[in-house]
Amino acid sequence: MSKTLLEMRGITKTFPGVKALDNVNLKVREGEIHALVGENGAGKSTLMKVLSGVYPAGSYEGEIHFDGEVRRFSTISDSEHLGIIIIHQELALVPLLSIAENIFLGNEVASNGVIDWKKTFRRTQELLDKVGLKEPPGTLITDIGVGKQQLVEIAKALSKKVRLLILDEPTASLNEKDSDALLKLLMEFRSQGMTSIIISHKLNEIKKVADQITILRDGGTVETLDCHNEDISEDRIIKGMVGREMEDRYPPREPKIGETLLEVKNWNVFHQQHRDRQFLHDVSFTVRAGEVVGIAGLMGAGRTETAMSLFGKSWGHKITGEVFMRGKPVDVSTIPKAVEAGFAYVTEDRKQLGLVLIDNIMHNTTLANLKGVSRATVIDSHQEAKVASGYRSQLRIRSHSIYQEAVNLSGGNQQKVVLSKWLFTNPEVLILDEPTRGIDVGAKFEIYSIINQLAAEGKGILMISSEMPELLGTCDRIYVMNEGRIVAELSKAEASQESIMRAIMRSGEKH
Amino acid sequence: MATDTATKTTQHSVGDYLRKNIREYGLLVALVVIMVFFQVVTNGVLFRPVNITNLVLQNSFIVIMALGMLLIIVAGHIDLSVGSIVAFIGGISAIMLVKWNMPAIIVVPLSILIGAAMGAAQGYWVAYQKIPSFIVTLAGMLVFRGMTYVALGGRPVGPFPKEFQILSTGFVPDFLSLTDPATSLIKNYVALIAVLLLVGYAIYAGLRERRMNVLHETENEPFTFFVIQMAVTGVVAIFLGFQLSTYRGLPNVLVIMGVLIALYTFVTTRTTIGRRIYAMGGNEKAAKLSGINTERLTFYTFVNMGALAALAGMIIAARLNSATPKAGVGSELDVIAACFIGGASASGGVGKITGAVIGAFIMGVMNNGMSIMGIGIDYQQLIKGLVLLAAVFFDVYNKNKG
Repeated sequence: MSKTLLEMRGITKTFPGVKALDNVNLKVREGEIHALVGENGAGKSTLMKVLSGVYPAGSYEGEIHFDGEVRRFSTISDSEHLGIIIIHQELALVPLLSIAENIFLGNEVASNGVIDWKKTFRRTQELLDKVGLKEPPGTLITDIGVGKQQLVEIAKALSKKVRLLILDEPTASLNEKDSDALLKLLMEFRSQGMTSIIISHKLNEIKKVADQITILRDGGTVETLDCHNEDISEDRIIKGMVGREMEDRYPPREPKIGETLLEVKNWNVFHQQHRDRQFLHDVSFTVRAGEVVGIAGLMGAGRTETAMSLFGKSWGHKITGEVFMRGKPVDVSTIPKAVEAGFAYVTEDRKQLGLVLIDNIMHNTTLANLKGVSRATVIDSHQEAKVASGYRSQLRIRSHSIYQEAVNLSGGNQQKVVLSKWLFTNPEVLILDEPTRGIDVGAKFEIYSIINQLAAEGKGILMISSEMPELLGTCDRIYVMNEGRIVAELSKAEASQESIMRAIMRSGEKH
Repeated sequence: MATDTATKTTQHSVGDYLRKNIREYGLLVALVVIMVFFQVVTNGVLFRPVNITNLVLQNSFIVIMALGMLLIIVAGHIDLSVGSIVAFIGGISAIMLVKWNMPAIIVVPLSILIGAAMGAAQGYWVAYQKIPSFIVTLAGMLVFRGMTYVALGGRPVGPFPKEFQILSTGFVPDFLSLTDPATSLIKNYVALIAVLLLVGYAIYAGLRERRMNVLHETENEPFTFFVIQMAVTGVVAIFLGFQLSTYRGLPNVLVIMGVLIALYTFVTTRTTIGRRIYAMGGNEKAAKLSGINTERLTFYTFVNMGALAALAGMIIAARLNSATPKAGVGSELDVIAACFIGGASASGGVGKITGAVIGAFIMGVMNNGMSIMGIGIDYQQLIKGLVLLAAVFFDVYNKNKG
């Protein structure tokens, strides 16, 4: 048994009115990968902020032992000095600076304030070799993808004296290939003796790499599982997270499929920025009443672009093709027209594109259909409150009232507010783009139930998701997209992770 | 999904409520404190009827422009050109009135249209060409000031015909004449009665709103706060109305200003247009994806600002009875400061008409009070700058603490 590197004992952190952490214990052994899991709001981020000194010593109760000594960090630089480095979910890189400049930002290789570029580039190259990133050190951050940016962040951490590397949802925005590469890198670091803590919602990844798993729930430690002593299944972890056995991750449904609602024919779209590059090629598909249709595909396959170009031409240009709703051609050239035609698009990026975060639940709920709560442009505030509280109870949005600001809601509840907004426009076809991204298991189940309910009401659902099990668990039919084309259409019986991947691979060979 | 339980009204303690709304009440308290302070240090000059009248005449144009500027700032933009629009409209209306002998009844609406067109000329670049408003209106500020010099030939134009001057120096006549103005203390009953009616209506409307809220189970502010707020504003309003009635009554600009404040408060708090502007300022992309035509909305907030600046320009010209190319220099900064003192956020989406109006009055009372005290313009600027910084710091401090 190797020695303990970090021990957090009895950590309790209170915010006005809320106990965010209640007597939390965490013990990390030297040289292991320790996973920290829990639903959103379980206290993972708060715990890491306590550890790194964002919340200074004295603002919480309990003790932090690092390397055998009690530590009291009052700033982030105190903890960094000891080699505790956090890589946050939202990457902290400056887009218009180069890789080298970013890695040594605030820690420049300089004498008397003059930067030694030669040395900077040489050391950057060494670090990039370590993380396996094949980009020249002078490349601007904005020119590389998210996966590579993540590697730059890790290289930046390695440029400091790192003892404990903490990664907050490192793979949340990565595709499968990049995620795998990142996890491999972590395992390689482990073999070199580095200790890391990984926070993630992706249980299959955790299973792959973690030596121990600590589960948090409602601000308290539930348990720490040792992956070497027993074989830990995903269901076992989920049980710890939600406090009960999740028999089925997808609520059951009896599909009642009716007439064809939406038909899209030969949809061709050119790229928004690179204006002479055709991005979508002859995309055609249908959605029937009461049907949940999935679109599977890798990052960049053109799924979001298909949805957004259909929804009032919000993406792309030189858009051609036909759209029929119940057999009649409809005009979707602007968002109001698309809404009028019966479309609703629930974005994948609820914070940037879905919500006015500084505004309250009520105002967000009615934003897309203010006409529905007003007479001659004057808003009936009581009617509005009624509508908002209706959706709040219907979708079980957990908040203290409809006047709570959206920014203070958890991811799952924010997603429900965005859903409320579009349900209030009374759409026929809902396009849900990654509806469960970044939300916890319990809330996911609720979102699936809502989807089922909407389908039962006869609405058509088009669901885009990068999580294949989710598509397989909820959809009646799945289209597979790759490189701007629909490459396969699979019925529920035909669809499996293998058949989807096969369709993608085979289409890739053709071009 | 059939369960539909009524939302429970959460009862907050008075302390909670105060913390949440500290900005609004704080602003009102600050205005009252500043008023009382200057009343004392000027030995009662501040609230003399003639001085109150002056205060209104001097500050109305800032208040009127602050209404439009608040919308611009809430939408996430800024307008630096309003001072120059003030000068240009003052000049062009003077030329129409004095040189071309056009009647005021045509000049006033025509000038407002020209102002709207100037706003549109800037709004086009901001809304449709996505050029930052700071740059567009900085250009507008220079261009319009230059145009004013060209139009006026660098010389003031005036005086104006009577029917134009009443725009700013006229008073609502006392058609009641209950007592002989020569002997009685109260010389204009219309002013007093109008203020009493307004205060009465405000209390009635406030109580009705509370009753409706209870009926629909929406949140009410604690009753004590309602009473205190009504009492303070009511007493101040009646006192001011009484003072005005012992002089020449309600200035016309006060009436114009009052109507505009009521209109813009209504638009921002109760209408879909107002709601859309707040949503756009809070998150433009989300607003756009919700079907809001953000370009057109931005365009019209600038058109609106131009029209209000035109009205302000005529009010200044009418008060000075002459249009000068230097009119309104620096006033855009007073207007912007009023909005920020009033709690508007520089990043958009946050701000209230009432806040901007109180902010404008805080600036106005300070200007006026310091002038009476004989403090030079140098120190006035210095103190105003510090007050602006303090007000915004108060905001930031509250936000970080909450």
